[in-house]
This record gives sequence, C-alpha cells and structure tokens, in this order.
Amino acid sequence: MNEISPDLSRLERLEGIGCARKRREDPRFIQGRGTYVDDIHLPGMLFGVMVRSPYAHARIKSIDTSRAKAMPGVQAVLTAEDLKPLKLHWMPTLAGDVQAVLADGKVVFQNQEVAFVVADDRYVAADAAELVEVEYEELPAVVDPFKAMQPGAPVIREDLAGKDVGAHGARRHHNHIFNWQIGDRDRTDRAFDAAPVTVKQEMLYPRVHPCPLETCGCVASYDAVRGDLTVWITSQAPHVVRTVVGLLSSIPESKIRIVSPDIGGGFGNKVGVYPGYVTAIVASIVLGRPVKWIESRNENLTTTAFARDYWMTGELAADTDGRIKALRVNVIADHGAFDACADPTKWPAGMFHVCTGSYDIPNAHVSVDGVYTNKFPGGVSYRCSFRVTEAVYLIERMIDVLAQKLGIDKAEIRLRNFIPEEKFPYHSALGLDYDSGNYAPALRKVLKAVDYDGLRAEQAAKRADPNCPTLMGIGITTFTEIVGAGPSKSCDILGIGMFDSCEIRVHPDGSAIARMGTISQGQGHQTTYAQIIATEAGIPASLINVEEGDTSTAPYGLGTYGSRSTPVAGAAVARASHKIREKARKIAAHLLEVSPDDMEFDLDQFRVKGDPSRAKSMKEIAWAAYNNVPEGMEMGLEAVDYYDPPNFTFPFGSYLAVVDIQKDTGEIKVRRFYALDDCGTRINPMIIEGQIHGGLTEGFAVAFGQELPYDEQGNVLGGTLMDYFLPTSMETPHWETDFTVTPSPHHPIGAKGVAESPHVGSIPCFSNAVVDAFAHLGVTHTGMPHNAYRTWQQLRDLNIAG
Amino acid sequence: MIPRPFAYHAPETIPAAIALLSDYGDLAKILAGGHSLLPMMKLRFAAPEHLIDLGRIKELRGIDMAGDEIRIGAMTTERDIVASSLLAEHLPLLVETARQIADPQVRSKGTIGGDVAHGDPGNDHPAVMLALGAHLVLVGPGGERIVPASEFFLGTYATAIEPDEVMTQIRIMRPPAGSGSCYAKLKRKTGDYATAAAAVVLRMENGRCAAVSIGLTNVAPTAIRAEAAEAALLGRALDDAAIAEAGRLASEGCEPAADLRGDEEYKRAMAGQMVQRALRTALSRCTG
Ligand SMILES: Cc1cc2nc3c(=O)[nH]c(=O)nc-3n(C[C@H](O)[C@H](O)[C@H](O)COP(=O)(O)OP(=O)(O)OC[C@H]3O[C@@H](n4cnc5c(N)ncnc54)[C@H](O)[C@@H]3O)c2cc1C
Repeated sequence: MNEISPDLSRLERLEGIGCARKRREDPRFIQGRGTYVDDIHLPGMLFGVMVRSPYAHARIKSIDTSRAKAMPGVQAVLTAEDLKPLKLHWMPTLAGDVQAVLADGKVVFQNQEVAFVVADDRYVAADAAELVEVEYEELPAVVDPFKAMQPGAPVIREDLAGKDVGAHGARRHHNHIFNWQIGDRDRTDRAFDAAPVTVKQEMLYPRVHPCPLETCGCVASYDAVRGDLTVWITSQAPHVVRTVVGLLSSIPESKIRIVSPDIGGGFGNKVGVYPGYVTAIVASIVLGRPVKWIESRNENLTTTAFARDYWMTGELAADTDGRIKALRVNVIADHGAFDACADPTKWPAGMFHVCTGSYDIPNAHVSVDGVYTNKFPGGVSYRCSFRVTEAVYLIERMIDVLAQKLGIDKAEIRLRNFIPEEKFPYHSALGLDYDSGNYAPALRKVLKAVDYDGLRAEQAAKRADPNCPTLMGIGITTFTEIVGAGPSKSCDILGIGMFDSCEIRVHPDGSAIARMGTISQGQGHQTTYAQIIATEAGIPASLINVEEGDTSTAPYGLGTYGSRSTPVAGAAVARASHKIREKARKIAAHLLEVSPDDMEFDLDQFRVKGDPSRAKSMKEIAWAAYNNVPEGMEMGLEAVDYYDPPNFTFPFGSYLAVVDIQKDTGEIKVRRFYALDDCGTRINPMIIEGQIHGGLTEGFAVAFGQELPYDEQGNVLGGTLMDYFLPTSMETPHWETDFTVTPSPHHPIGAKGVAESPHVGSIPCFSNAVVDAFAHLGVTHTGMPHNAYRTWQQLRDLNIAG
Repeated sequence: MIPRPFAYHAPETIPAAIALLSDYGDLAKILAGGHSLLPMMKLRFAAPEHLIDLGRIKELRGIDMAGDEIRIGAMTTERDIVASSLLAEHLPLLVETARQIADPQVRSKGTIGGDVAHGDPGNDHPAVMLALGAHLVLVGPGGERIVPASEFFLGTYATAIEPDEVMTQIRIMRPPAGSGSCYAKLKRKTGDYATAAAAVVLRMENGRCAAVSIGLTNVAPTAIRAEAAEAALLGRALDDAAIAEAGRLASEGCEPAADLRGDEEYKRAMAGQMVQRALRTALSRCTG
C-alpha cells in the first residue's frame, strides 16, 4: 500500500487496486479476435480423431486398421501396439496411478480411447474412424462404487493385479484405490458417545462435468530438424504439461514449448494431460507434420475429467443448545477407471478436511475411500479448490440437519457455532490454520438485507394454507473456502512445489511487460495483475502488458486453478513490484543526489521527504535505469519473484436463497439469491462481481440440473447439451451481491481469491433452500440435481403433488 | 460430429424438387431449416447421399388468408410465425407455440413444414396441428393431395409423406370467433423439447363447453389427441372438478417413453397438468 495520501488525478491514471477497471481482454473476445487452439492453422497440419469404445467394460479381441489406412487422405492409425515400443501406451496420472493412452487389450469405460486416426483433414479422419474395426468381448460392468467394493465384483484394473499398495497406501480390494484418514478418531468417537444429540445423513454429490464452452484440444508440432516440440494446448497449467511431456517423451524441457493461447473456460477440466494430447504429439513426431486434435462436445462431457461423484455420510454430535462437539465423515469416492484426480500429491482427497467449515468444532475425523468403477476418470476441482465443494456441501447440509433435529433456526445455529473472531488465526481440528475470518457480522448483514424474519413469517403463513400452490424454502450457507494452494511444505504436483511466479521488466519509456506462471481462462488476469503492479510499483496499468501461457517466455508456475492465481501469483506480482520499487528508489536518490532513505514513494514517483517539490517520476526513473544508474548498480529495471505462500487463504461468505416449488410440476423458481462474499482486499470490484455472477450461475446449474448418470451396463447418459444443463440468461436467477473485507494477514496485499467461492457456497445454499421447503414435513435431505422430475417425486411421496 | 459425404442440390421450383426426389428416391432427403436433419446427420444416425434444399423455392414461404382458411407455406420459419400480425390476430395459438420452440437461432432457421414433416413426437407443431384440425398439402409426381393432420402422423419419424413428395403448405381453418386457445409446455430449460405439452382449442356457449380439442406433445410415439378428455368436457361447465378430470383422462391416454426428462409416471402426470394449465388459460381467453 502507498505510504502517502493520494492525489486523485494521478491515482485515477494509475488504475490500481480497488479500481473497477474494464477488462483488457474483452475487446478481442467481443470482436471475435481471440486466438483459441482451434484457430491455429499450420502449414501441412493434419487432424486426428479418436476411435472410442462403445462398451464400458470389454476385452479387445482384435483391431483391424487396414480399411481405415487404405482410405485416401489417411496418414496413420495408431493403436496401443504402435505406442508400446515407445512405452507410451500408458501414462502416469497426477494422482500416482497410470492411465491407458490407447486401450491395451481391454477397455474399462465407455468412450475410452482405442485408436487414433490421423488424416489430411477432420472430415476424412471422421470417415476413416468408422472404418477401424474393433472386435470386443463384453465383460460385466460395475458403475456403483459400493458394488465395486463387494467381494465378487468384476476386476476393473487387471494391470494392478498383485499390487496391494497404491500411491496412497494399502489397497484392500481389487477395485480399491486408497483409504485416507485425518483427525483424531478416538477422541471423536468419545465425543459422540458423550453427546446428548447426534445426527447422521447420507448424501451423494453427483458426477458432473465442468463443461467449458471450449472443449479440450491441442496442436502438436515437432520439428525434426531442430528437434523442437511445440504444443498449443488448452491447458490451465502449461508449465506442468511441459514437465509431463518431457518425462513421457525424454525430450529435454528446453526443447519443448507449451503455449496456452486464449482459453474458452477451464473450471478444472483443463488441468490434466489427456490421451489425445499424447497421441497428437506422437503422431506429429512420427509423421513430421503438425497434428491437431479437438474434442467434440460429447467426447468432452464423457471422457475428459468429471468432477465430484462423492458418496458422503456425515454425522454431528452436539449439546442440546446445538453447540457442535464433533464431526465424523465417511466418504466413498468414485474415481472412475483410472485415478486421474488432480490433487496435491499428499492429499488424495484434496482439501476435503476443510469440512469443519466456519464452525468451532473441537473434534473431527474423516475417512475417504477411493474406488475404481467402469466410468471415465477425473475427480477434478470444478470451479473450486481440490474437493472443497464436496466438503462445504457436507458441513452446510449437516448443520441444517442438526438445526432441524433440535428445532433451532438455521441462522441461529450458525451464529452459535461460528469460530469467534478473536480465535483467528484458528487451528482446526483437522489441522488447517485459518488465516482470518469474521463470520457473524457477515451473516447478520445478510439477514438484515433480506428481512429474514419477514421471510420466515411468509413461509409460516404459506405452510398453514393447504391451498397454497407452492412450497417456500429458505436456504442459508455460511461457508469457508480454502484456496491458494499452496505452501510447498504441504502441496506439490509431481514433486514440484505449488509456488507461482512473476517477472516484470520496465522498458526505457516507463511502460512494462509482466509475465506469470499462471494462465487466465476468463479470470481477467491481464486486467488485475496490471492493477497490482500499478499500485505497488507506480506504473499505470494501461502501460503494462501482461503475458501468460507461453513456457518459452513465462517463468515457471503451477498454473491457474483452485483460486490460486491471486493468492499465489498475485503475491509474486506484488513482491516483484516491490523489488522494482526498491531499485527505483535508489535510482531516484542517485538522480536527486540524496540518500535512498530520504526518498518516499508517492503513487507514481519518488520524492524527497520534507521537500515534495523534488521528485522523480517512475517514467523518469525508468529512462535513467538505462543510462544513468548509481555506481555499482546493474542497468535495467526488472525483477523476478517466485512465491511460496506460508499458508492457504480462507475466503468466506454468507449466502441466502429463497425458492418457490410448484406443487403440480415440481418446478423450482429461485425467487431471491443474496450473496455476501469476503475475499479480503478487493483488487477490481467489477471483475469480482462478474466472477461471482459466473460462479453463482454455475452453482445454480449444478444444483438444479447437471448430472452424468449411467445405466447398469455402464452407458453414460446425458452426454450432450440437449440433456446436460447449461443455464442461459432465461433460466438464470437475479443475483444480489454484497461484501465485507477481512484481509489475509499473510498475503502481501491481503487478497484471498474469489472466483470459486460463489460456486462452492451457492450449491449447498440451493439444496438447503429446497430441503427447507419440505422441512416441516420431516424431510432432512433430497438429492441433487433438484430438477422438476426429482422434486415432483418428493412431492408425490409426501402426497402433496398436484 | 461430422456427417458422411453427401451431394447438395438447390432446386428453384417445386417440380424441379420433385424431379430430384424421383431420381434419387431413398437416397435423398429434403433439407428445410436443417435443425432436425443436420444434427441427425452429424451424429451419423442419418446419412442421405443427396440433400435437396428447398430454401430457394420462394413460393414455399409466406402466410396468407383465403376466406376463413389460413395458408402457411411449408418453408415459413418459426421466426416468421412469431412475427406475423396475421397469425397474432387469427391464430394466436400458433404464435404461442412457435415462441416456445428452442431458441432464437433455431427459430430463425427451423420451418413449420420441417417441424411437422419430421414426425418427431417431441416437436411442438404436430400436436397443435391435431388440435387445430390442420390439412397438409403434399405434392408429388402425380399431383397434389391434401391430408388431414389426423391421418398424417403414423409413428415416430413416420408420416404420410411419400419419399417423392414435398409438403408445400399447411391449411388451417380459423377457429370460430370467441374461441380461446393455449399451448402449455413443460420443459427443463431453454432449447429443450417438452417433458409434456398440451394444445387446447376451446369454445364455450352459455358457460358450457361447446367445442374442445386437445393435442398432446411427447407423451406417445406420435403427437396424439386426448379424445377421452375432450368427450368428458363437452357440454360441461369448466369448473375445477371437470378440468381435473380432463387432466386425469388425458394422462391415462398417454404412452410416454422414459428418458432423462422423467419416467412414464411423471410424464403421464405432467401431461395431465399441462392439459389442466392449457384448459384454464384457454378458458380465460374465451369470449362470448
Ligand atoms: C437445440 C434444438 C432444440 C429444438 N427444440 C425444439 C422444440 O422445443 N420444439 C420443436 O418443435 N422443435 C425443436 N427443435 C427442432 C426444430 O424446430 C427443427 O427446426 C424442426 O423440427 C425441423 O424443421 P427444419 O425446417 O429445421 O427441418 P429439417 O431439419 O431440414 O428437416 C426435418 C425433416 O423433415 C423433412 N422435411 C422438411 N421440410 C419438408 C417438406 N417441406 N416436405 C417434406 N419433407 C420435409 C426433412 O427431409 C427431414 O427429414 C429443436 C432443434 C434444435 C437444434
């Protein structure tokens, strides 16, 4: 922060922290001038498509590629046999498992990759793919993780035969991946035994998909003469992709360039490495020509990275006043056929242990079992930090279940259990250190804004009227998120600590270029990072060019997901800015012939303490950096910072939803949604507002419509946008937003990250509202998605439909 | 999502279109707005070798009135229907239906002829054609024939159109003055087909139902009439009990197929609810 009171016009020119600056990226997107992977056309480029399995579980008896290869325009057809000599028919996953790149003798989920057809264009490739003849022998499929763990269940992963220990410890069944526990089981059990009140609730967080508008894809181009590999890819983590590609291909990282161009949304779908990337790279190396691979919508929705699929059982122990004494959670986590979850290495259930939420719960224990099924792999963080959506859903639903059991108001029970402000920094029973929070004022502000008492009175009147055509529900969530992975002591990916980076170079004219290890997919990094530099280094944001995504130019970073860009890279930006500022101070002192200690920073200049007329602007200092620096100082004005955060950050929020359920059809209308978010220091209020709107809309989609169900044979249902719910402006509710500011004490500018909070916090809020509508009839839970069909079944079961 | 190869023809007259159909027989498909046919081709469920685009035949597009008969060219788009002041005045049911089809992109290309000719029970116009007693003009090598909607829908994707015929026009008698109508559609989201929908055309005399027709969407292999419900309503006052009974009778006549929109039980129940909603609204729109 600046040390001197601001001069308004100069402050406005800077467009620094707190300014609702318009997004720099929008003009090119609005005018159709963005560059996405599918916009890249290289001379001689070929197109690849996958041949996929129609079966969820089958042995491959034979693959005949001869007819496809004979088709004019077809350049190659790859199968596992072709990849075997290169040892590329399997690849490591981020979760310590392996995944078949092309099916090796057996398919284990519907639409699994079986062969890769490369042809002159995508039309020929699509026709040729139909000519690849695969003979299958169908095997019994298992799609239910509980059935998968039964003694006689089909063996999904024959390649793991005899491996009793996986990447996360012992496996107790052939379809078992890991058991992960945290917390003090004995103390928790004792607290349950001693408590006068306990509640227990099972809940499924269904399998969903992040469904970004742009599907996954890449263009791989290998230059055999130079020995260089360039891959344009829709990746949220280009540097990690480079390391993975290096490991797989044995090409040194210095010869690999990964470029994430403009990305049409990621939401966790674009963190991992998928078979199509590997086959496109291999095909390019083998054929010596660039190869493009772009998923269809159906391929995206049914093969690359689902989210959730968590079967959770929560239990709370409390006293008769509703004060929680203990939390116990058991989870069966369906990971699909390969464990390709994107989680920090040490935590196979991610940060699920934030499930004690905003509440001061003295005892807790969590046990998670990962299980294989004949479904596509994933378990990614869909607009959330690793498994935080699941954790928040669990605790926010459980506290409502407890409130109902005790007959305590759902706002009141939260106020009774909040971690009090004076207990921060707070050490949770599951070992996390919450940096800052102030929960009660946030909830009270929301209750007042919506006239909570008035809403409850209206609800009571409606409940009393048997002819009322609707049921009214009020949902509350007071959630805490954990973002900004993370301290390298607890978080790494493939052994690389989860730091992030920034490099700033100030040009002689005082403008600057800044490069980061992150990559924007809609977050507006080009806009907000420049604002941080503007405030911290005194260079107007409009003069700063922010670049990301090209591993040849950007410093190494772990990428953008889990709301880590502002907490981690944003901190690196601030610290690199400070380094620039400190060098600038010395140059200014040299120019004015005073001691650096006598200089003070003032918005966009350094001035002499006590003599404000003597000053050097950052523009003048930049020029001097290239021709007149103090003796012994290097020329130039640039800085690099690699930031390893001391801790996560813990944004929080208070949300309230009002829904009306139509008794005749089960349709639900969200009448009101009030979202108060606290993300610490607010860099750009307009971008925050936009991110909150987007996150709430995706939360609405998950709560009310998104799911990827399977039938018993393992056929994935609903893998097109006809069924998969992407809300348009027509169905999206009106959002009301609000905020409080509780800065992070350990972040250089106090910022916490915001874009995932609305997703994490809204979903249980919607569920809580729907359940609340039925609460007076004894209902404690109903499963998502709360579509009209499912809701009508609930009404029918209660004899109130129609 | 890429269709098999096909040849594309764009005749400028109806006879030229029919000649092409006669030449290529089963290998050809007529292309209207393409919003049902092209998705099926991209999914490779359909693979015609010849597409015969009717888009250049100007006389197939437009809305007219001849006496009490409204004539709509088969290539008239949903957008044209939504924007038509003639229809707003004389056949508001059609406008209300078209508004609920898909989204603006689909409506600006999709045609009423294609919607009816496709024979998809999920399309919205077929039930409305039944409720309005529409007649469909089919032209083939042997000349023109006029088929009532009640004889047109033979099964899912099966209609009375012969492979060498073109539907040129839809003819609908204007409902008598004082009639009320409504299309009530339950759908999951914008751009979705109906979970269930009901088209109602109603005329009251002296507080009693003098005429009623009810068409149902997506609750049987084709669009259907709810005949038992219609019979039960005739001559009665439309109080809550009569409307509820009509809904129940309509549900009983359905044979819905389960999908992600719901199981049979839900769809039946929703058909009944949509009949009730449409009846109530139509009643409120009746005059005289
Ligand atoms: C996302 C989406 C949502 C949709 N939602 C709905 C909805 O809610 N309700 C609804 O009713 N429809 C819906 N549709 C379908 C849409 O209305 C189509 O436009 C319509 O069903 C077909 O009309 P078309 O002009 O596009 O015909 P086409 O797709 O070109 O043709 C359909 C079929 O009819 C035949 N055909 C067309 N015209 C003639 C003719 N004049 N003579 C003989 N045969 C002919 C064709 O050969 C083909 O077999 C939706 C479509 C999409 C893509």
